[in-house]
Amino acid sequence: MNRQPFSPGEYRALVARMTPKSRFLRGYLRAFWVGGAICCLGQALTLWAETLHLGEVTAPMFTTGVLILLGTTLTGIGVYDRIGKYAGAGSAIPVTGFANSVAAPAIEFRREGPVTGVGARLFTLAGPVLAYGIATSVLVGLVYWLGKGGAA
Amino acid sequence: MSRAGAQTFVYDRPPVIAAHASLAGPKEGEGPLAAWFDELLEDDLLGQKSWELAEMEMVRRCVQRALDGAELAAEDVHALLGGDLNNQIIATSFAARSLGIPFLGLYGACATFVEALVLASALISAGDLGNAVCSASSHFCTAERQFRFPLELGTQRPPQASWTATACGSAVLLPHGAPGRLRVAAGTVGRVVDLNITDTNHMGAAMAPAVFDCIAAHLADLRRTAEDYDLIATGDLGWIGRNLLLALADRAGVGLPPEKLVDCGASLYSQEQDPHAGGSGCGCVASVSCGWLMKRLERGEFRRLLLVGSGAMLSPTSSQQGQSVPGIAYAACIEGGND
Amino acid sequence: METLWTFAKAFVVGGLICDVGQALILHTKLTNARILVIFVVSGALLTGLGLYKPLVDFAGAGATVPLTGFGYSLAMGAIEAVNRYGWIGAFSGGVARAAAGVTAAVVFGLANALLFTPKAKR
Repeated sequence: MNRQPFSPGEYRALVARMTPKSRFLRGYLRAFWVGGAICCLGQALTLWAETLHLGEVTAPMFTTGVLILLGTTLTGIGVYDRIGKYAGAGSAIPVTGFANSVAAPAIEFRREGPVTGVGARLFTLAGPVLAYGIATSVLVGLVYWLGKGGAA
Repeated sequence: MSRAGAQTFVYDRPPVIAAHASLAGPKEGEGPLAAWFDELLEDDLLGQKSWELAEMEMVRRCVQRALDGAELAAEDVHALLGGDLNNQIIATSFAARSLGIPFLGLYGACATFVEALVLASALISAGDLGNAVCSASSHFCTAERQFRFPLELGTQRPPQASWTATACGSAVLLPHGAPGRLRVAAGTVGRVVDLNITDTNHMGAAMAPAVFDCIAAHLADLRRTAEDYDLIATGDLGWIGRNLLLALADRAGVGLPPEKLVDCGASLYSQEQDPHAGGSGCGCVASVSCGWLMKRLERGEFRRLLLVGSGAMLSPTSSQQGQSVPGIAYAACIEGGND
Repeated sequence: METLWTFAKAFVVGGLICDVGQALILHTKLTNARILVIFVVSGALLTGLGLYKPLVDFAGAGATVPLTGFGYSLAMGAIEAVNRYGWIGAFSGGVARAAAGVTAAVVFGLANALLFTPKAKR
């Protein structure tokens, strides 16, 4: 006996109508300023790297490394999740957010041991990023090689 | 044991709720119902090594407290019926290990406590059990890592997401009791209902149709209306889910006066605590009914309560495979003893 | 003055890229992991199409710090290695260029798991 007064389609529409929306403008503003600020920090690190006479190849590595150290440390001391709650994509999209996505599961699963806990869970979020990022880079490289005429 | 209609037990010898205990975490302890809980935890970890062990300790303490209230020794208990949200309900089964009570593990997601009440009452009314303790728990940190994200991940939750309560509730049922005690008079076993909600954050929307189905079945089976109840308390629909339930009842022509309908999840936190849609988890309806609702019933603030637990029968596997979220509900009619 | 302009560009471009991610959070049901994957893959593809390098030249860290910049590193590494070693470079260049970042994330991630325990949320 079906007592439901709505069909699934009608119910879906009702749910959409009765569910409050996220505050869009506020979300965009916060993501914008926090994301922009993290990028400015990266810019400052790049300028600093120049004064350290780091080369064109090593300077970006330095910047990325420091930002990742910052991201993981803020994760460990329990601050990055609060930044994330405030800023959303503003703190998830910068490389510090990638660091957070590595450190957070690693910390969470430390009680399941160093190998099956920390070691395996380290990549629960970062794994897909690396897998598809690397695969795409190979694809781009091969297409570029073909575009050049395929010469070695 | 007599049955009414297709889904309802009417207990010939309604069991008595001899004692009940509730225990809640630090966030719940800052909420509007704080004063009604028997014990407030200061530390989410309870001095344990993991969140799971902390939840187990929570269950052990809460069940022990209920047994103490009923002046019943653990070795004299015939059965512990209950569960939690952890895989293989480890919090409750590990607590049962420490307590040494014969254990009937149940899983009805967040409706587990009411499922336990309905079932234990049937077994006691039929004379198969001489007593029973019903329990259900949830812990924010165990649920979060199992169903959602690591705690330290910087994510935003949407407005329809609920907050898993760190809480536990336990009740001791006996065949007889002093006059004035609460009785479980009838219980309805709900059906699993699915209106194809795929948003795993939106538990209220997934469960409201099942809750409506269960309430409608209960009223139809007993030939009653909402007017026969002083209060109808749903488990963890949250603010949005409660409104959806009212809309469903309204459209179906089942009278459900808004002033008689409270939701445990929507009552557990204040809006300032930022729980989004409200509280959820097995411990939500268990602690709120064992704390707030049963105490008010005992005070005589109202006489007849319909307690409707609501559960979302999803798992990380089913949601990753793109399945929708089915809902379940159980209803127990609890009556005050003063006629 | 020029430094200020550099920072302004990084701020605005970085902020706008993050707002694209925010749009995905607010208007779709995509999970975090999917959004991060989309960003890295689009960064690498845009680089392959020659569209991302100009943005990096313009905005500096504003384009390299967001995760699209990680895709840019991977793709640029592959392209440069193809120039040096031929087709086999496509298989080594990306990871080689991103090695420092990936290693930092793994090592600091591990160190964090040794030092810290997860904290309950309120």
